[in-house]
Amino acid sequence: MRLILLVLALAFGAPALANDLLPIVPTAIGDPHPEGNDFMRRNHMDMMKHGRDLTLREGERDIDASLGQCFDCHAVVEDGAPVTYDNEKHFCRTCHDYAAVKVDCFMCHRSTPAEDDLNRAMAKPEDADSIAAYLARVAEESQ
Amino acid sequence: MDRTIYREIKATPALWQLGGLMIAFILAALWSVWTVEHHGHVITGMNNQIVWGLPHVFAIFLIVAASGALNVASIASVFGQKAYKPMARFSSLLAITLLVGGLAVVVLDLGRPDRLIVAMTTYNFSSIFAWNVLLYNGFIVIVGGYLVLQMMRKVDARWVKAAGVIAFVWRLALTTGTGSIFGWLVARPGYDAAIMAPLFIAMSFAFGLAVFLLVLMALFRLSDRMIGDAILIRLGRLLGIFAAAVLYFTAVQHLTNLYATEHGGVEWFILKDGGIFTALFWIVQVMIGGLAPMALVFLNPSRSSTMLASTLVVIGGIAQVYVIVIGGQAYPLDIFPGFEVVEGFNEGVVNTYTPSFYEILLGLGGVAIALFAAGLGAKVLRVLPTNLSDANVPGDS
Amino acid sequence: MTNRAELTRRDILKSGAAVASVTLASGVTLMAFGGTADAKGADAGKRWGLLIDAGKCDANCNDCVTACSTENGWGHSDHGTPETDVQWIRKVTLKEKATGRTVSAPVMCQHCEAPPCVDVCPTGASMQRPDGIVLVDKHTCIGCRYCMMACPFKARSFVHEPVTDQKVGAPRGTGTVESCTLCVHRVDKGRIPACVEACEQAGHSAILFGDLNDPESPISKALESYPSIALRDDLGLNPGVRYQNM
Repeated sequence: MRLILLVLALAFGAPALANDLLPIVPTAIGDPHPEGNDFMRRNHMDMMKHGRDLTLREGERDIDASLGQCFDCHAVVEDGAPVTYDNEKHFCRTCHDYAAVKVDCFMCHRSTPAEDDLNRAMAKPEDADSIAAYLARVAEESQ
Repeated sequence: MDRTIYREIKATPALWQLGGLMIAFILAALWSVWTVEHHGHVITGMNNQIVWGLPHVFAIFLIVAASGALNVASIASVFGQKAYKPMARFSSLLAITLLVGGLAVVVLDLGRPDRLIVAMTTYNFSSIFAWNVLLYNGFIVIVGGYLVLQMMRKVDARWVKAAGVIAFVWRLALTTGTGSIFGWLVARPGYDAAIMAPLFIAMSFAFGLAVFLLVLMALFRLSDRMIGDAILIRLGRLLGIFAAAVLYFTAVQHLTNLYATEHGGVEWFILKDGGIFTALFWIVQVMIGGLAPMALVFLNPSRSSTMLASTLVVIGGIAQVYVIVIGGQAYPLDIFPGFEVVEGFNEGVVNTYTPSFYEILLGLGGVAIALFAAGLGAKVLRVLPTNLSDANVPGDS
Repeated sequence: MTNRAELTRRDILKSGAAVASVTLASGVTLMAFGGTADAKGADAGKRWGLLIDAGKCDANCNDCVTACSTENGWGHSDHGTPETDVQWIRKVTLKEKATGRTVSAPVMCQHCEAPPCVDVCPTGASMQRPDGIVLVDKHTCIGCRYCMMACPFKARSFVHEPVTDQKVGAPRGTGTVESCTLCVHRVDKGRIPACVEACEQAGHSAILFGDLNDPESPISKALESYPSIALRDDLGLNPGVRYQNM
């Protein structure tokens, strides 16, 4: 029914009515996407799927289109904590519930911002847990 | 002798009741799947040691029986035995429905049954499992076409025979594939044997014919049709030969393993020290499912012997698949040859398995799907002859 | 190198074919798109591996297991039993039957060169990266558990109940199979796996991490100098995890 109303509203060019019917997208923090919101709304799934295959299968981690990064800006906070996908206020759910598109991401991925950003950046050689520092220690030990 | 006439079976109250019962089982299975989906497999008896459980036992039994249910049609079309021809259509139909029932169980037990589309569209061709998906789908298409050709009027018998040959070759490939799911598991001492393929083929001949006979007799009784003693005794004798073939391959399988010292552990486990598995092997599989039916059909050939032998072969067959699937996993992997595991994560110990209610319901649901579909097919299609009394069965030339 | 700006520029809506080719043959296609030698990602020239010195491993220490569980967020099930719980890495204590000598070591995915789990997976979800790390692509895993039947090391676990609050680097969910990833999310960022770090911090340094393809790496030198074994070497799988002093 809502869909029919929406189609009617759009067909008759009634932007005011359409605005009432469309989902209210939670506001984000951070800089806007350089590609623009329209592009992201249309293409975010392709970008993420693309990135997911490259990252998982080829180990490419600099694609800058990962699901985890979405929540850097797009986290809905309630009672001081970001809400999970179980909550209907979750950023992804506002549109996906509306469009009745079930996403499968959060069976496996966390739906809230990362607890830390430890593994975001490349390790610096001086970091104790970097491979470089480790190999230097091992080499020293074996001498 | 009259001409063989195929007619839909009558909708007797008993048929409706049985259909209702099957639907109840199917609904129960769906409830079980939904519950397991919701809670995860933690509520089943399966775990990270016994990863395949009772659903897989039912599924493999049904899939193996499916290719064997085609026996009667193959004997009629490929080997030209006229006496079997009136039953060929139903044989083909039952082969398809048993396979569908078995596949339903496999699919519904997946961790992510919602991703069936992935299994159907993404293939890894080095996986025998992926090949099996193709073999199963192909079987349904080929046997479906074969059934249609059999039912069409004015089709040259050569076309039927050609379809029958293709279906027969395909069913051999299918059972080889199913056996190889286990035979190619090099890491597990209980499997890893090329003989799994011919063993599964022998099993399919026996289980499939037994299920076919039971379903045929049930449907004939339900629809008040006649089936003669001579044809049943003849089919019973064939079942006895198939049961002997299963025993033969089983004996070779175990003797070969016994000879290799490295496989001695798993062999003595199944044959002597395995508790439930040893009991299932000797008492249910070998005696009840092998020797007893052979004795019945050869020493006392009769209508009731065939019926009882079929029942025993089915019981023995389920036990055999259980011993293969569960027994093979219960025996621990030998990851550290020469060492005894003092402490570890379920290492070096016999893994235990107790099937849950959910798994039993799912397995029975698969059987119910197969039987319901077979009954429905017989109800709406002209696959069953009106009269199989001895006077009406064509003799062989 | 591929980044988001490039994805966007390529107008991914129109490039269904390009998407596939990028995924299937990244190296080649990325070059075609203007990628150069600085293309990032798993290096096919490397083969990451571990050398576990059972002589240094303390039977009473469980730090590698704890570190793995913390890093990857497994090991706290609500309704599970030890039989249903996942176990990416486990400690085993063994007694040599002939001599009575006891020895202790961790066992995890052995990251085989010829992994049976990859061979048997019907959908190709079980996979091997160019640098030899064996992973489960949970996007295409259907939860059939055939890889668990095929693994000679019992390295894989099926997730038996719903999971929440996963780690960003280790997505994991109910109904799929998982195993040690060699901390691929850390390795890709130039960090050592969590178990290696924990073992070093515990003062044992029983797990040596490195590139098996680099003859100058400490792991290659150690393998060259001292005898070592692979678990189930009879299967010819050439695991990337090897053991010393077993």
